[in-house]
Amino acid sequence: MSFDIDITLQRGGRTIACRFTSPTGITALVGPSGVGKSSVLECIAGLLRPQAGRITVGGATLYDSKAGINLPPEARACGMVFQDLRLFPHLRVRQNLAYGEALAPPERRFLSLDEAAAFLDIAPLLGRRPRTLSGGEAQRVAIGRALLAGPRFLLMDEPLTALDNARREAIIAVIERIRTELGLPVLLVSHDRADVARLADQVVELRP
Amino acid sequence: MPGLTADEWGIVMLSLQVSLAAIAGALPVAFLLAWVLARVRFPGKILLDGFVHLPLVLPPVVIGWLLLIAFAPEGPGGRFLALFGISVLFRWTGAAIAAAVMALPLMVRAIRLSLEAVDPRLEAAARTLGAGPWRTFATITLPLAAPGVLAGAVLGFARSLGEFGATITFVSNIPEETRTLPLAIYAALQLPGGDSAVWRLAALAVALSLAALVASEALTRASGHGPMQGRGRHVL
Repeated sequence: MSFDIDITLQRGGRTIACRFTSPTGITALVGPSGVGKSSVLECIAGLLRPQAGRITVGGATLYDSKAGINLPPEARACGMVFQDLRLFPHLRVRQNLAYGEALAPPERRFLSLDEAAAFLDIAPLLGRRPRTLSGGEAQRVAIGRALLAGPRFLLMDEPLTALDNARREAIIAVIERIRTELGLPVLLVSHDRADVARLADQVVELRP
Repeated sequence: MPGLTADEWGIVMLSLQVSLAAIAGALPVAFLLAWVLARVRFPGKILLDGFVHLPLVLPPVVIGWLLLIAFAPEGPGGRFLALFGISVLFRWTGAAIAAAVMALPLMVRAIRLSLEAVDPRLEAAARTLGAGPWRTFATITLPLAAPGVLAGAVLGFARSLGEFGATITFVSNIPEETRTLPLAIYAALQLPGGDSAVWRLAALAVALSLAALVASEALTRASGHGPMQGRGRHVL
């Protein structure tokens, strides 16, 4: 069992309830826009605090309102790929990639920076500034930055939007390789049924 | 202009000394205030905001008089400093305090703008990558706000160089101790036939201020990573 989520949270005056468990592999969180999919990811990452409930990933409890457990984001070992990417504008691509790597305990690292650069085909970009990257390049750098931080699981918020078809295929291939070669549990948010059907081992639907 | 006289050198060096001390003392305070005003929500924030801005709108002579009361031997500041055997009355350190207080609002404004321009979503991203709050501050917030902090420091430095009213009220106009450039100009104006001295000192003031502004622009350009072009970044 990788994700075991049971939370309620308050967003903009609405109460969102989200409960699911999923095995390893890729889990897709789907639903109409504005239903709170991204908020659920932020709760799992520790950036947003739910009203109540429990978040367990891979056997580790990250949040439990009854037991008074609420790990800060930096203690959750989650790799988060944000929809808006959030690359650090004052650092070059190499330093962006190395940011989390330097902070990860050695036993959690499963990839070197050069391996990640080869894996994601971003080696030629290492000396560039984020603002000079195309959408697809920036997306792959964001994924690389998350992977290098030695995460125990990956959260991806709409990793395929804002990409042209060729780039989508490249990112889909990367996500599939993360599943098969790295064996990381992945929870991804998407609104595209076709992508979800191709990628996901399990689909969780969030209804308003 | 022919070479500076020994007196003029002394005045310039004293002005620089007072202004540098003022900025060194005021910068941490200004940063803390700017941080609180930019990031913390609390009741009565508008009062703190107003209080910080008072030196900008009060007559400087009032600030000087308040400092005189505060740092008099029986005032709260004076008693505190007396514990360490220090008195700032009629000393260059007092001039630095006056300059720091007058420069504070300008510095807070510039630093606050640059802190508000730092995207909190980037800080959230750093947290998910394993950085605690302090590391996030040191590696993300501070570098992104640095151009604005620098601009605030230079602005404060330029303001300190020109400080007159609070200084002369608080620590008087004592040659080689509190007689900074503006006070020296004022003293020269009081002397019959002091015109040429005034011209020379005024030219010095223009040169110093211009040098400070140009240096700030050069520093800002040299630190040039482009996350926040525009507001708060350039003094010129």
